[in-house]
Amino acid sequence: MTTQPRDKQPNEFPIRVLVAKPGLDGHDRGAKVIARALRDAGMEVIYTGLRQTPEMIVNASIQEDVQCIGLSILSGAHNAIVPRLMALLKERGADDILVVLGGTIPAQDIEFLKEQGVAAIFGPGTSLETTVEFIRANVKPRGVAV
Amino acid sequence: MPRTTSEDVPQGVKTPADAARHVSAGEQQWIDEILTPTVTKSPERPIGANTGTNRNEDGTARFTTISAVPVERLYTPADLPADWDQHAAQYLGHPGQPPYTRGIHATGYRGKLWTMRQFSGFATPEETNQRYKYLLENGGSGLSVAFDLPTLMGYDSDHANSEGEVGKCGVAIDSLEDMEILFSGIDLEKTTVSMTINSPASVLWAMYLVVAEQQGADWKKISGTLQNDILKEYIAQKEYIYPPAPSMRLVIDTFEFGAIHTPRFNPISISGYHIREAGATALQELAFTIYDGVEYVEWALRRGLDVDDFAPRLSFFFNSHNDFFEEIAKFRASRKIWYRLMTERFHAKNARSQLMRFHTQTAGVSLTAQQPMNNIARVAIQALAAVLGGTQSLHTDSYDEALALPTEEAARIALRTQQILAYESGVAQTVDPLGGSYFVENLTLKMEQGAFDYFDKLDAMGGMVRAIEQGFPQKELAESSYQYQRAVEAGEKIIVGVNDFVVKETAQQILYIGESVRESQTAKLQRLRERRSNEDVVRRLAALRSAAAQEPRATPGKLSDANTMPYILDCVRAYATVGEICEALRDVYGTYEEASWT
Repeated sequence: MTTQPRDKQPNEFPIRVLVAKPGLDGHDRGAKVIARALRDAGMEVIYTGLRQTPEMIVNASIQEDVQCIGLSILSGAHNAIVPRLMALLKERGADDILVVLGGTIPAQDIEFLKEQGVAAIFGPGTSLETTVEFIRANVKPRGVAV
Repeated sequence: MPRTTSEDVPQGVKTPADAARHVSAGEQQWIDEILTPTVTKSPERPIGANTGTNRNEDGTARFTTISAVPVERLYTPADLPADWDQHAAQYLGHPGQPPYTRGIHATGYRGKLWTMRQFSGFATPEETNQRYKYLLENGGSGLSVAFDLPTLMGYDSDHANSEGEVGKCGVAIDSLEDMEILFSGIDLEKTTVSMTINSPASVLWAMYLVVAEQQGADWKKISGTLQNDILKEYIAQKEYIYPPAPSMRLVIDTFEFGAIHTPRFNPISISGYHIREAGATALQELAFTIYDGVEYVEWALRRGLDVDDFAPRLSFFFNSHNDFFEEIAKFRASRKIWYRLMTERFHAKNARSQLMRFHTQTAGVSLTAQQPMNNIARVAIQALAAVLGGTQSLHTDSYDEALALPTEEAARIALRTQQILAYESGVAQTVDPLGGSYFVENLTLKMEQGAFDYFDKLDAMGGMVRAIEQGFPQKELAESSYQYQRAVEAGEKIIVGVNDFVVKETAQQILYIGESVRESQTAKLQRLRERRSNEDVVRRLAALRSAAAQEPRATPGKLSDANTMPYILDCVRAYATVGEICEALRDVYGTYEEASWT
């Protein structure tokens, strides 16, 4: 697990989040709603746009110095995408980034994805508040240069 | 082609504003003697949490549709235009008569029920073929193919980008061989087939036509529908490959080809479904979809086609969401709006060009993962709205679709829901039973008014392709979906089982598709590439590239020289794959990436 207990989060440093849409799917309603909700909650949000490879997502996360990656996957490709993404984060020494996943994920895949290091999986019907609170409570504090 | 100006819009469609309501003496008496004492004694309460936005300035409760349109307490003749009775024919007419508000058939469903067409496709062509036979044996009256994401994006199953996606959201089709398997044992001259495919639509259609030909079916007799609506991909679903201009050219190629070779096949299904799923209100769905239709007509006219050559085969596809009356109003208004556009703006002469024919699917986005059985009730209400709105065909969602692709049992219940409506409920026995309802007619007129207001805006932007490039519809949708989600979060909109009436639940049995489909499709592709003449494939792909690079010009009654359809058919016959054909077109046209608006 990469989750950490809530640390002191200095108010002057907003949490930085990358909302990413990997895979071939174009259904971006959820990703956009989440991006805006996180922004409204005071976070700095970068939205990648569509069809990002794990490599592109990891590069962007490091360049943008984010504390959290929010993946939106509805197509069923999570078991192919998530392990590649987590391996790349580790390879680049960026596995302290909190990774959360939203979308339609079958119950039987949840354990595997959590073993891979996904901190939380938010299925259909999850409230925006739940997602915001989880990220606030679990990101690592910022301030250390990469 | 000159675009419509506001002067062309006939006046008198406006519903009376509150101040202009001419309340009858009887209604006034009711207000004074019955209503006022009642409201004083027991004030009205908004449905859902009191958030402030569902209160009027004076503190009274405010009621709204799911699209946030205010709903009044009671509708009476005062809510219809003053000349409603006098101009009944212009406002409403009769079924099968302009402006077609009451339906396109004089006898409604009494002569022919709607087509029960269940959208389906998963895993391999072999497995999907079995599901199709099951649906047809159970009384389904047409088929509707769901393709997987690699097919929708023009990649073969063995392409690197296809990893994890093969057979997941639909059936994997790589070559003519897969299409032959998909329809094996299904008579394509007798079965109408709809195919949900957009950017590579002409490729999959060519495969379908060749399979029909192999079966000995006459292209002049086969019927069905190609979705082929690229505009809504840029607006909502985002499964596009090429930039807008060449994509539009490919669409017009299919219009031209279809008008000559497949007179009973709809080359396009202009779709609001996905626009609604992406967060549009009912009005935005209606306005953007019909205006997409306007854009296709404008492009076809610029090619040099005559409006009456292709307009009779333009078909539409709407969403049916939870708000019952709003949906019915949307369906009824759509027919009148299209009639007005085709006659006033495009001067279509053929009566069939003026008819809005549409398919409906219940709203996938309204389904909940929580207490999924509740979705059966939602789907039944949405399906009823579609039937009362006069749909030509209908897909009812399965209750487990918020979780995964449907199991066989869930798919059967969805079909049974339509059969209960058709055979038990009695709603199919009379035409447009809600016609004349003050509420429904008022909502229908407001939909029409609102749509023409959007058309003026879109005309001013220079058409839909230009509006898309500016991100206009995309931003409108993002805003509506966010506002809706906020209302749900605040408890102002109640979703049963999600933000109220919640229970603890155990996991549901779902259809699970693993990675084996990619392996079997990859092996099949390998055998195909060894068996076919690869030289032949290369030669035909080169011919397609060269046609695609030329500007097609129509000559009356003949196919344009550079129309891509015959070249794509040639490639397909040589067993070129979806990926190879789309790659050839990518070489010529490049790919599209949108700026991301959040």
